[in-house]
Amino acid sequence: LFRSSSRVLCSQVRLLHVGDANVLPSEVDKQSAEYKENASEMARLVGDLRNFTSQVLKGGGQKAIERHTSRGKLLARERINLLLDKGSPFLELSALAGHELYGEEVVNSGGIVTGVGRVCGTECLVVANDATVKGGSYYPITVKKHLRAQEIAQENRLPCIYLVDSGGANLPRQAEVFPDKLHFGRIFYNQANMSAQGIPQIAVVMGSCTAGGAYVPAMADESIIVKKQGTIFLAGPPLVKAATGEEVSAEDLGGADLHCKTSGVTDHYAVDDEHALYLARQIVSNLNLPATNSYNDQLMHSSQVNFQSATPPSAVEEPRYDAQELYGIVGPNLTKSFDVREVIARIVDGSRFTEFKKLYGETLVCGFAKLYGHTVGIVGNNGVLFSESALKGAHFIQLCAQRKIPLVFLQNITGFMVGRDAEANGIAKNGAKMVTAVACANVPKFTVIIGGSYGAGNYGMCGRAYSPRFLYMWPNSRISVMGGTQAANVMAQITEDQRKRAGKEFSEEEAQKLKAPIVEMFEAEGSPYYSTARLWDDGIIDPANTRQILGLSLKAALNNVGQETKFGVFRM
Amino acid sequence: CFATEASPKVRPISKILISNRGEIACRVIRTARKLGVRTVAVFSDPDEKSMHTQLTDEAYRVGEAASSASYLRGERILDIAKRSGAQAIHPGYGFLSESVEFAELCQREGIIFMGPPSSAIRDMGIKSTSKAIMAAAGVPIINGYHGDDQSDECLQREADIIGFPLMIKAVRGGGGKGMRIAEKPDDFLTALNSARTESEKSFGDSSVLLERYVRSPRHVEVQVFADHYGDAVYLWERDCSVQRRHQKIIEEAPAPGLSEDLRRELGEAAVRAAKAVGYVGAGTVEFILDKEDLSFHFMEMNTRLQVEHPITEMITGTDLVEWQIRIAAGEPLPLKQSEITRRGHAFEARIYAENPRGGFLPGAGPLRYLSTPQPSNNVRVETGVREGDEVSVHYDPMIAKLVVWGENRTQALNSLVARLGEYHISGLDTNINFLIDLASHPEFQLANVHTGFIDEQFDTLFPPIVISPQQVSQAALALVLNELQAAFRNGNKDFDPFAATPNARLNYSLVRRYHLKANEKVYSVAVKFDGEDMQIQVDNGDWQVAKVERVQDESRLKIRANINSNITTYNASIHGTKWQGRFEVGQPKFLSAQGDQMGAVGSRIVAPMPGILEKVLVKPGDQVKKGENLAVLIAMKMEHILKAPKDAIIKSIGGAEGDNVAKGAAVITFEEVEK
Repeated sequence: LFRSSSRVLCSQVRLLHVGDANVLPSEVDKQSAEYKENASEMARLVGDLRNFTSQVLKGGGQKAIERHTSRGKLLARERINLLLDKGSPFLELSALAGHELYGEEVVNSGGIVTGVGRVCGTECLVVANDATVKGGSYYPITVKKHLRAQEIAQENRLPCIYLVDSGGANLPRQAEVFPDKLHFGRIFYNQANMSAQGIPQIAVVMGSCTAGGAYVPAMADESIIVKKQGTIFLAGPPLVKAATGEEVSAEDLGGADLHCKTSGVTDHYAVDDEHALYLARQIVSNLNLPATNSYNDQLMHSSQVNFQSATPPSAVEEPRYDAQELYGIVGPNLTKSFDVREVIARIVDGSRFTEFKKLYGETLVCGFAKLYGHTVGIVGNNGVLFSESALKGAHFIQLCAQRKIPLVFLQNITGFMVGRDAEANGIAKNGAKMVTAVACANVPKFTVIIGGSYGAGNYGMCGRAYSPRFLYMWPNSRISVMGGTQAANVMAQITEDQRKRAGKEFSEEEAQKLKAPIVEMFEAEGSPYYSTARLWDDGIIDPANTRQILGLSLKAALNNVGQETKFGVFRM
Repeated sequence: CFATEASPKVRPISKILISNRGEIACRVIRTARKLGVRTVAVFSDPDEKSMHTQLTDEAYRVGEAASSASYLRGERILDIAKRSGAQAIHPGYGFLSESVEFAELCQREGIIFMGPPSSAIRDMGIKSTSKAIMAAAGVPIINGYHGDDQSDECLQREADIIGFPLMIKAVRGGGGKGMRIAEKPDDFLTALNSARTESEKSFGDSSVLLERYVRSPRHVEVQVFADHYGDAVYLWERDCSVQRRHQKIIEEAPAPGLSEDLRRELGEAAVRAAKAVGYVGAGTVEFILDKEDLSFHFMEMNTRLQVEHPITEMITGTDLVEWQIRIAAGEPLPLKQSEITRRGHAFEARIYAENPRGGFLPGAGPLRYLSTPQPSNNVRVETGVREGDEVSVHYDPMIAKLVVWGENRTQALNSLVARLGEYHISGLDTNINFLIDLASHPEFQLANVHTGFIDEQFDTLFPPIVISPQQVSQAALALVLNELQAAFRNGNKDFDPFAATPNARLNYSLVRRYHLKANEKVYSVAVKFDGEDMQIQVDNGDWQVAKVERVQDESRLKIRANINSNITTYNASIHGTKWQGRFEVGQPKFLSAQGDQMGAVGSRIVAPMPGILEKVLVKPGDQVKKGENLAVLIAMKMEHILKAPKDAIIKSIGGAEGDNVAKGAAVITFEEVEK
């Protein structure tokens, strides 16, 4: 867990009072009943999140873990802990993927652990099969999660380290994992193309690598195999016997000795998991990549110098307000509004925010802030999007693209304004301007869904389809094309109209009967757990950790700051 | 130069060569520099970059590592002195400091030897001669009878002259065999016969000698100085009773519990002793002081400046090296006896690379971490090494001398304990903790010291080691802190979100396990990371809330830990696998497993300490029995025999006789004989 780190007192003596002019005020009444209720409700939601997470940490369950470890093998997350630098955080992605996705079948974390961590000072993308979960076989969600991890690696130019321990495709579901464009084959397509782009591909074979899986190490730039644990073959002993009658042990068919000494499929021989991970670190240390801490150099050239002092600050200012207060500010009831500035004040450095066009299109809050010293543009919702808000948003996004400033979207949006006036004002084309700007802006984008994410608002606020580098949800958030009640009302209205045309009655009772399941369905499908289970996001996060997680994401993303932006036609 | 009078004995000195190394070389350089005298150092190969060669004005290579090939090569050193234009040689202590030949050589070659005339060294070097001279000069000596007349009557007569208690020793005896103590005259004949019988049985000879027996001897010595004009003074005494392996480790001045009269008697006896041999320069007259009746007896005279001279300097406010230089230059004694005052109390503790719990076995190795107490007017750190230097197997394993002064004994002793606590060394074993235990010992505090002190108090000086969970936690927290700092060493923590969120995991807390070995026991420590807060659990005990931070002060590795609201500040250093020389961290298995992969089969015998391979008693192919001697390793004059752990066939030898071997190096590999 991230706990907001101890408050760093402002070490500079600020001679001019104007220095605090950009600090956001906070008007939260912590004694109010609403605050207290929100806080306890959010605490419950975060508690649920931690409970679900602690469940998936158990992988395939106690028995499977015992079987796995009795062979001297380490668990997937233990492997990652050893691979990463001591002290490195691990930005684990979509830990709850596969949550209640396959009915009776529990596929915790989708059978695969992915995330970003630091190895020998370099941020790397780690993909580790969890062999305790269904033998590490690839369910559709496993494939999707593997591909998403590779996408993150590719977009952010992160070296990939695959800790392979998988039986390959889940055969009963082969149709959902094998043939399509974004199925199993894409893993190797990605490996080849990332390698071509100079993004290192490293495979550590710590268990089976059968059939298609064999291509993970085979297509890697460098590979390691663990003695008596790792095996690589296109067909396992049973299939070989069936095909040719040849009887051969797994070790002789594709063990470490064979592949290191005879076939040359693997490059490095490890005596155990720990050794293999040590060797993987050695490989990373020799990638000859520019130092990741060039971040500091970037800082020197960024707009760090402020008005009061000629030298950059020596320390990053922590936010002035406790992130834990977000619990009381936000709460689970999405119909109640809150000022998104209260959220921004608990995320950015020193709670400092330089707002853009504050008095225009007030339902969209735009402005500049710093996150761990790096300038970001922030776009947050304070209500439904009007034409003015959309125009302001498009303008602001263009500024950020022009200046190569990463964008952070804090999404809490019911949608664009509807109705005659709005349409007459051209909400469609103005909304489209914002969507175009978001779609084309070639800077790292980050989205956090902190409340509702409905309709075209999702698009304008950089939903999944707009390729934010990372997208996270708060446990109180909801995502659907519209609200359940609205959807039910729409459906009831349509039915009533149909009945009317047929000259029939549509009783209130019938209407309720029609609406209830729709509300129920939207309720279920709008849940962040429904979303995260299907990988519509990169994970549900504790609101209090938003600053830290955005910081890590930003740091990872800065490995690829983006190219020039070329916008599409803005319909005027 | 320091000679103002025109006299044949005045020989101006503007440059001196120091034929020594380590702390004493540095000590001499400092005073010489103060006096405007230039210095020339000599160095052996391993000392090329050592402290004394860097402090000095010029330095010359004198030979290879072994003392016999370097610091003991008098002719070569003299040659360097002449080439470099040094008028005098300061020999320090040890090495050539008491070499009659070297002193004579200097005399012949016209170089001043900063020591007494060679005749004085010779006279004092021969025990029987020195005793006779002392007796003649009226210095009390230990009475004894070494004659051929072994009749009961003669022995009884001699015994009555010598006095009781009395020791009867077999002439051929050893190891306590054939030795008896007669407490009073009545016991004499019984004891004599008993000694004779045992001697006859053990050695086939019944001759005995008699000596006055000092039951609880104290080692008290007097610092004297004499000039070329026949004057000599004493600078009070030192008590050096507490010794291990017959070497001093802690000394104090003045000797506690002596009356002023006794002090004067001791001093005057020492001056008589010096005058009796025509002494010049710094010398020390050693006495055995009977703890019971406070009688004292001449033991020997050391014709050099002693290791422990700083405590005398501290109580008399003098610089004895300056005195040496002035006297060598022909000046008269700087002070008259009446001008030599005494103030307060001083202690010196010798910090050695050694393992007190392992029989004080000397050690060697790198000083990976070194931080000393802050020197002041009352605290001196006399050393010749810096962090990163190596304590060599070739020379004395003394790392430093810590000298403290206080208004009185209690104050000085408190200061000694406190300052020792501020001395931190890692990379090798040291006796610092032992010195603290020793200086804090109630009997030592009461000055109940004598030469058998450590043996007598052995059990209380070496209580069983008890490691508390608190200590284990502290060690683990030091490791954690070290890891975090290592991981983010190159980054600016503030601008690096990875460094700002150490060990963070999403929606759960990372638990990391550490295995720490201490005192042959492995402790399992779990640390749960919860933002900047941690929880720590030792051996599945209760989870305790922990916070750890580095204290920013001149001592770079000071750590403050808060474990369940109990705040402690301690020093920790982590090097490779060791924490403060106490805890070892578990090593990944693959490090040892790799050996298998390389095809190395069988087993090996490793050097238990760094040393020189003195003798190899086997060759490859030899078949040996369990327990057979295979090789002899020498470290600091101590022999260590490597024995066969099982019946085996020797496969290979990891070095030739005379080679240096590192600690842990495989000296012999063997294959077990199948049965």
